[in-house]
Amino acid sequence: MSEKVIITVLGQDRIGIVAEISSILYKNHINILDITQKILGDEIFTMTMLVDISTGNIAFAQLKKELEEKGKELNLKIIAQHEDIFNFMHRI
Amino acid sequence: MLKFSHEEILETVEMIEALHLDIRTVTMGISLIDCIHPDPKIMGEKIFKKIKKFASSFVKEKKNIEEKYGIPIVNTRISVTPIGSIMINPKEDDFLYIANILDEVAEAISVDFLGGFSALVHKGATLGERLMISSIPDVLSSTKRVCSSVNVASTKAGINMDAVSLMGNIIKETAKLTSSQNGIGCAKLVVFANAVEDNPFMAGAFHGFGEPECCINVGVSGPGVVLNALEKLGEASLGEVAEAIKKAAFKITRVGELVGRELSRRLNVEFGILDLSLAPTPEIGDSVANIIEKIGIELAGAPGSTAALALLTDAVKKGGSFASSYVGGLSGAFIPVSEDWGMIRAARVGSISIDKLEAMTSVCSVGLDMIAVPGDTPASTISAIIADEAAIGIMNNKTTGVRIIPAPNKKVGEMVEFGGLLGKAPVMQVSKFSSDVFIKRGGRIPAPISSLTN
Repeated sequence: MSEKVIITVLGQDRIGIVAEISSILYKNHINILDITQKILGDEIFTMTMLVDISTGNIAFAQLKKELEEKGKELNLKIIAQHEDIFNFMHRI
Repeated sequence: MLKFSHEEILETVEMIEALHLDIRTVTMGISLIDCIHPDPKIMGEKIFKKIKKFASSFVKEKKNIEEKYGIPIVNTRISVTPIGSIMINPKEDDFLYIANILDEVAEAISVDFLGGFSALVHKGATLGERLMISSIPDVLSSTKRVCSSVNVASTKAGINMDAVSLMGNIIKETAKLTSSQNGIGCAKLVVFANAVEDNPFMAGAFHGFGEPECCINVGVSGPGVVLNALEKLGEASLGEVAEAIKKAAFKITRVGELVGRELSRRLNVEFGILDLSLAPTPEIGDSVANIIEKIGIELAGAPGSTAALALLTDAVKKGGSFASSYVGGLSGAFIPVSEDWGMIRAARVGSISIDKLEAMTSVCSVGLDMIAVPGDTPASTISAIIADEAAIGIMNNKTTGVRIIPAPNKKVGEMVEFGGLLGKAPVMQVSKFSSDVFIKRGGRIPAPISSLTN
């Protein structure tokens, strides 16, 4: 059964953000289902990513930790949340 | 294809990261009825074991849910059956003994507070309840996590003025015994009219007699989200303001609903209720007073504040009730002074007074909450303030409460620090005229004619 998580990335735009995050997911065998990215205002980079962690070989808590550490390294805010919070808030 | 738009996802993330959206509390209600035993030692053991067993994985699962959804859950709490009603032939020290057990078990399972050191005396007190009430100052000064409440009035019973009179003295005594910490014991004590049985918020939570063996009640927060919705709205009529608040309240409440359902499922206990109350914190931007100001009042407390608060409370209920299967508790908007930085600011510059707060409590969810008054305020004046709030409660068929701190050795205008979510409060002016004769009369104010509904 699939288990969907939404990853949100916020921060200063720079080269390689998508590549860096994708490589963490690839390394842990997590499938990316969809990506949207937009630059808000002049230079705030925003990316939302839908991933399926059921195929992964990493616990969700550990994945969150890895993403957060990568975020610190790249000076980005990286947040991973189960999709249900968006379901509950935005869908009736 | 993403099920949600990029903007919807960013909106949720912004609410949590920038606008202080959180779950204010998850509260596990546990019945202690089957712990009743004539020997307080044995009863204490049973209580300790039962709470420990039911709540063993409570804090752990709360953390798992925070992680899963990326939503902070600020407090974990336990509420229990009102202790005043469940002791058999108690002696004077028995209540303090049981309160210490409750404090120990709360610490053992790492919850923030435990509520239910309570008595329901709206029509009169039993011998046990009287002993329990008189133990409150000792209990609140010697325990850390135990919270106490006393229900002194109800629409059906009227106001027990003997209990109201007694509570003025109990509050003074509690302040005295915790004077080294600015009377903080009083922050753990609420005097209620029409107390509800499923309130998840402290200090007034208890697990009522109509409640199941065990259940999870959830209190949401989110003044920052409502404030932001109004900021984005800009110029608009009050109808549109109400609409914007409703939509924001819906979204906030849905997160509480999700957390409540998931936590109950994981712990295999019933989901009791979701309390819709907007609960402020001392954080800048997380203030109910600021919402009133955003609606168009220069500073909270100025004329129009009561109407703006009425609009807010009603819109929160309308938006929230659609978002949850089981709404309950207090459900409205809290206006605690020390816990809301906008209220603190308004009180400091004299925009808001106790009298205006009293008027506002007729349209908000609870009452005079976290208000510091001079340490030398007479007990009868505190009792009379409680009587006024109780009257608003029973006449309007709503819950009202008083959580007041006569701050030892403090004068009007001085600041009193409580720390953490309890915040800080300026000492407010109370009337210098006496209510002594009124309070000394005692007896019971009869139930209002509106109680005759059958």
